[in-house]
Amino acid sequence: MQGVRKKKSLGQRIRLDWKKYWRLYLLFLPVFIYFVVFKYAPMAGLVISFEDYKAAKGILGSKFVGMKHFINFFQDPFFTRLLRNTFTIAISTLLFSFPMPILLALLINELRSRKLSRTVQTISYIPHFISTVVVCGIIHDLVSRTGGVTMILHNVFGMPVTNMLYEPNYFVPIYIASDIWSNIGWNSIVYLSALTAIDQELYEAAVVDGANKWHQIINITIPCLLPTIVIMFILKVGKMFDVGYEKIMLLYTPLTYERADVINTYVYRRGFAENVNFSYSTAVGFFNSVVCFVLVFITNKITQRLDGNSLW
Amino acid sequence: MSNQRTRIKTPVGERIFYVADSLLMIFLCVVILIPLVHVVAGSFSDGMSYMSHQGLLILPLNPTLDAYRAVIANQNIWSGYRNTIFIVVVGTVLDMIFTLVSAYVLSRKGYMLKRFFTIMVVFSMYFSGGMIPFFLVVRNVGLYKSIWSLIIPSLVNVFNLIIMRTAIMGVPDSLEESAQLDGAGHLTILFRIITPLVLPTVAVVTLYYAVSHWNSWFNAMLFIKDRNKYPLQLILREILILSDTDEDFTMSETIQFATIVVATLPVLCIYPFIQKYFVKGVMVGAVKG
Repeated sequence: MQGVRKKKSLGQRIRLDWKKYWRLYLLFLPVFIYFVVFKYAPMAGLVISFEDYKAAKGILGSKFVGMKHFINFFQDPFFTRLLRNTFTIAISTLLFSFPMPILLALLINELRSRKLSRTVQTISYIPHFISTVVVCGIIHDLVSRTGGVTMILHNVFGMPVTNMLYEPNYFVPIYIASDIWSNIGWNSIVYLSALTAIDQELYEAAVVDGANKWHQIINITIPCLLPTIVIMFILKVGKMFDVGYEKIMLLYTPLTYERADVINTYVYRRGFAENVNFSYSTAVGFFNSVVCFVLVFITNKITQRLDGNSLW
Repeated sequence: MSNQRTRIKTPVGERIFYVADSLLMIFLCVVILIPLVHVVAGSFSDGMSYMSHQGLLILPLNPTLDAYRAVIANQNIWSGYRNTIFIVVVGTVLDMIFTLVSAYVLSRKGYMLKRFFTIMVVFSMYFSGGMIPFFLVVRNVGLYKSIWSLIIPSLVNVFNLIIMRTAIMGVPDSLEESAQLDGAGHLTILFRIITPLVLPTVAVVTLYYAVSHWNSWFNAMLFIKDRNKYPLQLILREILILSDTDEDFTMSETIQFATIVVATLPVLCIYPFIQKYFVKGVMVGAVKG
């Protein structure tokens, strides 16, 4: 096959390919159309960020204004606030939400009682199946003036009694804590399965060498877990800037915009809610997409260098 | 995991560690369950008693079913349920068909455009047009204000597609080759031979799609204007979130709790039956593309 291929022209190869695989291409056609229409047409639609888009004139008829909207965004009084908040929430998620499931998996793995370990797993997975809207509804109740969490924080730490959702400084802690509550169990599954794959002989050999539990965790368990952690980390960093804006929208109020407003919530408000401007909103979203893309690209390159663990 | 041999010579330090570990895990379970217990207890409580109460509930205050009566009388919840069930069932079935077909095509070998298709699919995972262009496309193809706007624009999730493709690539070629010799077409091979072999992955991906349809509310907020077409989550948003800030939607806390129970119970009832699948499935996902 390889030797023959050289002699054939491109046209011949295409004809042969089509003759042999036309059924496969036909099968893929609906999927292809789906991707073109709902993934790539929106990318083409990004051109409206360089225009003053008017629905009546359409994408092609609207006036071209170059970088105007991007420059306006960089000079927007909210620009630094949006960037700071997006960054704070993204980094907090990486620092606090990301390690918790790993810790949980290690702790479950060390449990002696199988029954307890089963129960902990079953219970900790439950919150993942509660919808974001409901979780936020529960949060609204728990941190209100008379809510359970407010009361506990008041009685134990002497914090003031107030509706915590109206206090800008409580926003990120509430967001992160509820994120951990929702996902700690679910996200630990992947680490737990990686832990069960570790060769038990490694531990037996370590015990013979006189290693205690602590040595075993540091020298066997964690190194064996590292590839999984790296992969999960890349996935997480890639989505880092896509902070959970749907959840933020369910939790924030104009009172907490100072700490809670992120790029994507701003995209929504400028696109649909206040001072609506499709072109401007698209430009802001474009900026966000580019930052996300660069982040994935860089992390993937770095991890490739490190140990060949790459997604693609 | 544990064996008799080690139990005998477990040092004191390690034993303390095990006890502390167990206690910590029990504490974690309690923390996870407390908000849920509070919601259930609240839903059976008397509205006025709850108003004057502070802090967490373990048991209902002056137990009553009033809140549930109010929820059952709320037509919006039932129309929301109906719409959501339609979206979850039809959406998940279509998602699965599209995902299986694209995973199958991307797992084949030899055809010229394989690399092109793969790059096209993967790139769309890392870069997107964003909210407004997506909205404009959905509107331009005529899906605006239609319930199909919650199904068709989100047919394929690339991450799920990769999980599926990885599973299909694990099926031995010989099986398909013999089927091909028997004159089986691609669809027969995919749905009769491959799908039964990757059933655990199919189950997991189905679960992922179903959960994401069940949870989604943001697109519905953008695209659906008729309240009769609202999915359940959008109705819940009015009852649970907007009621706190918007006077049009004010609703008593106990009714909010009863609504949460009514809207969450079905999922939690299915949960024990599917648990073993998703534990398997996350492992599949972790193996990556």
